[in-house]
Amino acid sequence: MSDATPTDVGTAGPLTPVLTDTWDAERSWTLAAYERKGGYRALDVALGMAPDDVIAAVKDSGLRGRGGAGFPTGMKWSFIPQDNPKPKYLVVNADESEPGTCKDIPLMMASPHTLVEGVVIASYAIRAHRAFIYVRGEVVHVIRRVQAAVAEAYAAGHLGSDIHGSGYDLEVVVHAGAGAYICGEETALLEGLEGRRGQPRLRPPFPAVAGLYASPTVINNVESIASVPAIIGRGAAWFSSLGTEKSKGFGIFSLSGHVERPGAYEAPLGITLRELIDLAGGVRAGHGLKFWTPGGSSTPILTAEHLDVPLDFEGVGAAGSMLGTRALQVFDETVSVVRCVLRWTEFYKHESCGKCTPCREGTWWLVQILTRLDRGQGQPGDVEQLLDLCDNILGRSFCALGDGATSPITSAIRYFREEFEAGMHTASTELFPPAASTAFAPVGAGAGAGR
Amino acid sequence: MLPETTIAELREIASRYPEARSGLLPMLHLVQSVEGRVTPEGIEACAEVLGISAAEVSGVATFYTMYKRRPVGEHLVGVCTTTLCAVMGGDAIFERLSEHLGVGNDETTADGRVTLERIECNAACDYAPVMTVNWEFVDQQTPESAVELVDDLRAGRERHSTRGPRLGTWKETERVLAGFPDGRADEGPAAGAPSLAGLTIARERGWTAPPSPDGPAALGPSSAAGQPETALAAAEEADTARAESETLQEETDE
Ligand SMILES: Cc1cc2nc3c(=O)[nH]c(=O)nc-3n(C[C@H](O)[C@H](O)[C@H](O)COP(=O)(O)O)c2cc1C
Ligand code: SF4
Ligand code: FES
Repeated sequence: MSDATPTDVGTAGPLTPVLTDTWDAERSWTLAAYERKGGYRALDVALGMAPDDVIAAVKDSGLRGRGGAGFPTGMKWSFIPQDNPKPKYLVVNADESEPGTCKDIPLMMASPHTLVEGVVIASYAIRAHRAFIYVRGEVVHVIRRVQAAVAEAYAAGHLGSDIHGSGYDLEVVVHAGAGAYICGEETALLEGLEGRRGQPRLRPPFPAVAGLYASPTVINNVESIASVPAIIGRGAAWFSSLGTEKSKGFGIFSLSGHVERPGAYEAPLGITLRELIDLAGGVRAGHGLKFWTPGGSSTPILTAEHLDVPLDFEGVGAAGSMLGTRALQVFDETVSVVRCVLRWTEFYKHESCGKCTPCREGTWWLVQILTRLDRGQGQPGDVEQLLDLCDNILGRSFCALGDGATSPITSAIRYFREEFEAGMHTASTELFPPAASTAFAPVGAGAGAGR
Repeated sequence: MLPETTIAELREIASRYPEARSGLLPMLHLVQSVEGRVTPEGIEACAEVLGISAAEVSGVATFYTMYKRRPVGEHLVGVCTTTLCAVMGGDAIFERLSEHLGVGNDETTADGRVTLERIECNAACDYAPVMTVNWEFVDQQTPESAVELVDDLRAGRERHSTRGPRLGTWKETERVLAGFPDGRADEGPAAGAPSLAGLTIARERGWTAPPSPDGPAALGPSSAAGQPETALAAAEEADTARAESETLQEETDE
């Protein structure tokens, strides 16, 4: 939402609903509900500015990409060569598939117009007349809501030709993917959007210069684009007053797993997991935190000693991991770390696009070794071999999927090596009976098991 | 041969894009909505509409997991067995369903009603353990509720998504994915309780984002202090390994 003067000003607390602020409104996904909350007013403001000034405002806000890498959004927009005669494109990355991440999908379900308004402003800024929203295919109701929002926006003159009487034209196509985690990687996404197998492209050229149809293209995450109306509507200074020195603004933290109230918590960057778990009612009753991911399964796991790490790009980096997509998956002491790592590795093996050998073959070997460790049939030297394989994949893969596949393994061995060693003789299911970890386990079941 | 109306719709999809081939993914969804899988005829039709070879279309169809070469049942029932859901009960749910239905992964019951599938993280981990029916969310399941769900589907009893509409068929879903809306966007809630968890607390305690000091589009005194000036500096500050391969860019171009 983008209203500059909220009617009911409350107190500043650890949670700062901005993107999520409309989600509890009656039929929040409709244009009427969005406009009641001030929707599409920021678009008016933007259309009254020069495109370069919109880019400058987003730069000044300090917004950094919300899709995982944290690249400054305004700077990305400024890379579009405006002297290039080819058409410019905006592509929204709505492929949300990083295990643990669940923010873009609920955002598009509850408030698709926030995204659509952001798409118009961003396209105007980079002087694109066509934008694409690439939504993963496995979420049909979200696709319905985005399709409907785009249709409503056309009918109301927020899209199409001469938007708000400004003379600016924009066409938006909602495009459904077809099941491939790798299509979240921006160049693989472009391949998918061009009707090809989703395999990453060699860079350079970079998408800003030669992206979709070899034309200048900006690719941004849903939440990045959805943050733009608030930045334009309330000001860059307002946005950058939230967050930390180099990680400005707010974001949606996806809290899942063994906490009392998993869900979406929107807060300034820099909040800690301890604060978030407190807000979520604590770790599951009768249990304690064992390990967690700060930013999805591609980010190294952390433990209870990291509860007070500020969840911003710098803080999590200093703790040896990455902020990633703020996907906080919380596991308590009933959970086998070996089992989890095996399952994540199976995910990467399945999703490896097969283009390069270190990732394709490496993930296959990793699964072989982890499977025997999980079954208690590990062989001497298996842990070293896992580390060796990771060493060969990391930095030698064509894209970041391969690097990400090694994160859970090397970090889990760092903190829980003895559990991998136990895989030489004891199955994970014996050490950590899986029934105790389920959401439907009786309260207190298996508390303290294996620790 | 596909019906004429389908061929016309395939052309319509292709015409949405500056370059027709961009329509291929939605076109294959449309083929599935008519044929119940990606058939050789469907591949031929796409190839003809786009003026590319059937082998090229086939190469694309085999890359993406949502495209099925074997016939899918009336309902495609997915159980998320990626780590978080698996731990929270997805593994137990899949096992129970597999046993109850007498089918394994990617197999269909003899009555043709249900195809069971392990699915991967569907961006709903805060609702774990998560299931889907025809790619509609069925959240927070247990082995018992899952059995009840598939029994209802097999008996043709009406069921609703926990965050979406009344459940239709897999073919109907595939048509929406092809970009032909079914007019049911307004069914179901805006969000489930987990999506509202933080907002609910903020409302209870009166917490809001701070008001804007200077209103719309205030460019303000440049807050850019402490922000990187160049792409290289930005990439260095951006998030480690992933960022390096993704964003250590434009230096070479600019
Ligand atoms: C394997 C892989 C999967 C990715 N998945 C996603 C995704 O689902 N959504 C997303 O926005 N970015 C994803 N990314 C990051 C994108 O490549 C890209 O950095 C991002 O969309 C840029 O948008 P932003 O600058 O707004 O964050 C993924 C990257 C990799 C390597
Ligand atoms: S690292 Fe893996 S996903 Fe990336 S290009 Fe290589 S094989 Fe494909
Ligand atoms: S792990 Fe199942 S929805 Fe994310």
